[in-house]
Amino acid sequence: MVRLPYFIALTTLFSYVLIFTIGRLRDLFRTLVDFYRPKSEGDQGYAPICLGLEDFYSRRLYRRIQDCFGRPLAGAPDTWIDVVDRHSNDSNKTIQRTADTRRCLNLGSYNYLGFAASDEYCTPRVVDCLKKYSPSTCSVRVDGGTTKLHAELEDLVARFVGKPAAVIFGMGYATNSSIIPVLTGKGGLIISDSLNHNSIVNGARGSGAVVRVFQHNTPLHLEEVLREQVAAGQPRTHRPWKKIIVIVEGIYSMEGEICKLPEIVAVCKKYKAYTYLDEAHSIGAVGKSGRGVCELLGVDPADVDVMMGTFTKSFGSCGGYIAASKEIIQYLKYACPAHLYATSMSPPAVEQVICAMKVISGEDGSNRGAVKLARIRENSNFFRSQLQKMGLQVLGDNDSPIMPIMLYNPSKIPAFSRECLKQNVAVVTVAFPATPLLLARARICISASHTREDLIRGLKVISEVGDLVGIKYFPVEPEKHLAESGGAMVD
Amino acid sequence: MASAVMNATTVALDWLSSSFDAPLARAVIFGVHVDGHLVVEVLLIVVILFLLSRKSYKHPKKPLTEKVLGPEPLHPPITEEMLSEPPTLESAAGTHTMIDGKEVVNFACANYLGLIGHEKLINSCASSLEKYGVGSCGPRGFYGTIDVHLDCEERISKFLGTSDSVLYSYGISTIFSVIPAFCKKGDIIVADEGVHWGVQNGLYLSRSTVVYFKHNDMASLESTLERITKGNKRAERLRRYIVVEAVYQNSGQVAPLDVIVKLKERYHFRVILDESNSFGVLGSSGRGLSEHCGVPVNRHNHVRAGGALATDGGFCTGSVRVVDHQRLSSSGYVFSASLPPYLASAAISAIDHLEENPSLLGQLRENISLLRRELEDVPGLTVSSNPLSPMVFLTLKRSTGSPKADQQLLEDITNRALKEDGVFIVTSKRSTLDRCRLPIGIRLFVSAGHTHGDIQKASASLKRVAAALLSEPI
Repeated sequence: MVRLPYFIALTTLFSYVLIFTIGRLRDLFRTLVDFYRPKSEGDQGYAPICLGLEDFYSRRLYRRIQDCFGRPLAGAPDTWIDVVDRHSNDSNKTIQRTADTRRCLNLGSYNYLGFAASDEYCTPRVVDCLKKYSPSTCSVRVDGGTTKLHAELEDLVARFVGKPAAVIFGMGYATNSSIIPVLTGKGGLIISDSLNHNSIVNGARGSGAVVRVFQHNTPLHLEEVLREQVAAGQPRTHRPWKKIIVIVEGIYSMEGEICKLPEIVAVCKKYKAYTYLDEAHSIGAVGKSGRGVCELLGVDPADVDVMMGTFTKSFGSCGGYIAASKEIIQYLKYACPAHLYATSMSPPAVEQVICAMKVISGEDGSNRGAVKLARIRENSNFFRSQLQKMGLQVLGDNDSPIMPIMLYNPSKIPAFSRECLKQNVAVVTVAFPATPLLLARARICISASHTREDLIRGLKVISEVGDLVGIKYFPVEPEKHLAESGGAMVD
Repeated sequence: MASAVMNATTVALDWLSSSFDAPLARAVIFGVHVDGHLVVEVLLIVVILFLLSRKSYKHPKKPLTEKVLGPEPLHPPITEEMLSEPPTLESAAGTHTMIDGKEVVNFACANYLGLIGHEKLINSCASSLEKYGVGSCGPRGFYGTIDVHLDCEERISKFLGTSDSVLYSYGISTIFSVIPAFCKKGDIIVADEGVHWGVQNGLYLSRSTVVYFKHNDMASLESTLERITKGNKRAERLRRYIVVEAVYQNSGQVAPLDVIVKLKERYHFRVILDESNSFGVLGSSGRGLSEHCGVPVNRHNHVRAGGALATDGGFCTGSVRVVDHQRLSSSGYVFSASLPPYLASAAISAIDHLEENPSLLGQLRENISLLRRELEDVPGLTVSSNPLSPMVFLTLKRSTGSPKADQQLLEDITNRALKEDGVFIVTSKRSTLDRCRLPIGIRLFVSAGHTHGDIQKASASLKRVAAALLSEPI
C-alpha cells in the first residue's frame, strides 16, 4: 500500500490529463490530414489492426518516451554494462542504433547473484556441454529431448527446494501458462493475489476455472474471500468447488514486498485450499542458503503444495521449474502441454543452472555461494536504508533485493531515466500498464556483484538526479514515520 | 355488452345447479333429502379422511458422520501409462545419438537441415557464451535487449524480405502471444481444426469468436467464410483472421497457401501463418511456404511465426505496423525474459549457412522422398503426410477402435524399434487439454544429414516390427 500526498496525486492527474488532451488534439489533426490523403490500396476493406483508442497509450504516451525503454546492450548484462547510444530523427517515432556505447552501472538487470556474465566455474563447463550436446535438442521432452542433464537438473532442483520431485521447462512464462490449466479446470476456483504477474493471470484465464482476487498480501482478506467462496460454492449450482488453489508470489517484482507466507499457508490449511507459490524473484536471492521465501520465513516446504520458480534471475540462465510431490510431477509430465509440445530446455542453459546451484550450495568446494548470498543481503539493506535516508519514497521489505522508488508524475519518468543515463547509471523506470496509472516508479535491482564503491556511486547519482527531478517527497530525517505524513492512500 | 355477459353467466349457473339437482331430485336415502351439493360434500369428507389416514412423509434420517467432504486431490490417480519415462539421450541430438550406451539412428528430433553438431554453429555459440554469458537477465524492455537480438531480427527480415521481425524467447509461446495481441473480444477467427495446442491456447486467450473448419479442406474454409460474412453487416467492421499452419504438427499436411490467399482477398481476412515446421524447409531457398507457393510475402498483412533452425526460440515477421504493435502488447514479449544471446547468434549462423548452401534443401527433399518410397509397403501403417512435409506421419490402416489401445500399439512398435534395431522414432502424444481430434500416429523427422543407410535401416526396422505386431488378428 502506498500513501501519496493529495498535492502529488492532483499534479500527477493534471499531467496525465494534459498529455491526454494534447494526444487527442494530435489525433484530430491526423484524421483531418488522412481525410484528404488518398488511402493506400492494400488496406481497402480491412478493419484496422487497432481501432480508435486501443493504441492511444502506445502512440501518444509511450512513444514520446520510447528511448527510456528497450535500451540495447553491447555486452553481457553484468554489473557494468555497455549501453548502445540511440538517436531518433522523427521525435521518437523510430529509433536507430549508433555504433557508440557508454559504460554504465547496471541497476536494472535481474542479476541477483552475479551469474549474468562469464563466471569462472560455470562458463568453461557450459562451453564443454555446448560442444557435447549442441545448442538445442530440437525436440520435445517426451520425444528425444530428454538428456542426462535434464534428469540431473530435476533431481538437483528438487533437493535444493526441499520437495520430493521437480520438472523443468524451457521458459518461465510458459511454465505458469501451461501448468495452471492442468492443475485445475472447470469447476475449480483460483484465488490469486491482486498484483500477480501476467503469466499467472494468463494461466488462470486459460484454465477455465473461476478466478477471484484478494487484496495484495493481506491474509485477512484472503480468509474472507475463502469463507465466502467455500460457503457459496460454484456459481448457479452451488455445488462445492472441485478444488481451490491460492496463488501467491514470493517477492512481488513491482513492489519488492515479500509475501506473508506463514499466515497465508495457515489460512489455506484451515479451508483446505491448495497453495501455489511462484518464486521467480526469490529463489536463490533470499534465505540464508538461498532456498527462497520458505527458508526466510520459516515455512516448511511440505506445507506449500506446488512451488514454481524460474532460472532467469538468480541463476543467470533461462527456463522455469515446478517442484511438488512425486505424484503431481508424474501427472504433470503426462499431461502438461509445455512438456509434451514445447522444445526442451537448451542443454548449455541446463548446465549453467546445475553449476550455479552447485556454487550456491557450496558443492563446488568453495565458499563463493555463501559469500554471494551474504553480499546480496548486505547490499540490499545498505542501499535501501541509504535511499530512505535521502528522503526518497522506497517500497518493499528489508532483505528484498528489489527497491522501487516512487516517481508518480509521468514527466518525471523520462527525466529520471535520461538524467541517470547521462551520468552513466542505468535504471529501469516502470509506468502504466505494469503499475497502476498514478504510481509510476523507478525500480532498482541489487546484485551480489555490486561492490560498495559501485553502490555509493549509484547513490550519489540518484541523489543528485532526485534533487534535480524533485522526487524527494519525504524529509531527509529517517525517523519521520510514514503514518504521520497523512494524505491519500492508494492500494 | 356487460348485461349480455351477466345473462350468460346466470344461465350457465342455473343450468349447472339444475343438472346437479335434477337426477337426484326426489331421492330419499335414510330419510334425508339428497341434493346435488350433498354429493360434493360427501366426496370432500371422504378425501379428507383418506389423507388423514396416510402416513406422513418423514425425512430419511442420516446419522452425522465423521467424514468431511474434502476437495479433489490435485492430481487424478496415477495410472500405468503416466509412469512411462522417455529415453534419455547421452549425446547431442544429431542424426546419430547415444541412448543407454548404444548408438541409435535418430528420427525423433526436428533437425531438418542437419545443423545440430555443426562446427560453425558451435563456434559462434561458444564465442557468444564467452562474451555474453548464458542468460539475458531481463525482459526486452528493461536492459534485456542485447545487440545480437537486434542483429538476429534484422537478419531474419532480410532473409525473408519483410520489413521487420520480432524475436520471442520460446517457440511455443510465440503463437500464443501473437494471437491475443491482435485478436480481441468480438473479433472473428477462422481456424483449422487440426492446429496444435499452442494455437488453441492463443485462440482461447484471445476471447474472440472462433470458428473451426475441416482439416486442410479448402471447400470447408470457403463455405465457412461465406457463412460468416454473408449479410452480416457487423462483420465488415470487425477484425477478421484466418489461422493456419504451414505444415501441421498433428498430421503432416501442408496448407495450400495460394488458395487461402485468394480466399482471404475475396473476403478481406488477414492471415496468421504458423511456419514452425516449414521455415528453412519449404521453398527453393528455404524461405518457407510463401516462397513455395509463389505468394509474395508483403502483399498484405501476413503475420507469421516460426521455430528457429537447430536452436530454440521463435519469431514473428510482417509489416512495421504489425511488428511494432507486438512490442508493447504481446505478453510473451513484454513480460518474459528475452532469448539467451547465444541462441540468437546460433540462429544468425544457421541462416547464414542456409543461404550459402541451398543444396541442403535438395538433400532434405531427396531423403524425404526416399523414406516415403521405402515406407510404402509397411504392413498395417500408411504414410498420411504430404510429400513435401519433413515430418513423415504414419497412421494405422485399421484402428483398434479405442484411442488408448491405438496409442499403446504404436508405442509398442516404437519401443521395439528402439530396443531391438537401434532406430529412434516416436509417436505423437496428446495432452488432456488438447481438443484436436485427428488420429495419432508415428512421426519420423527427416534430416538433411541422414544417409541412405540410415533411412534404409529405419524402414527395414519399421517393416519388421510392424509385421510382428500388426499382423496378429485383433
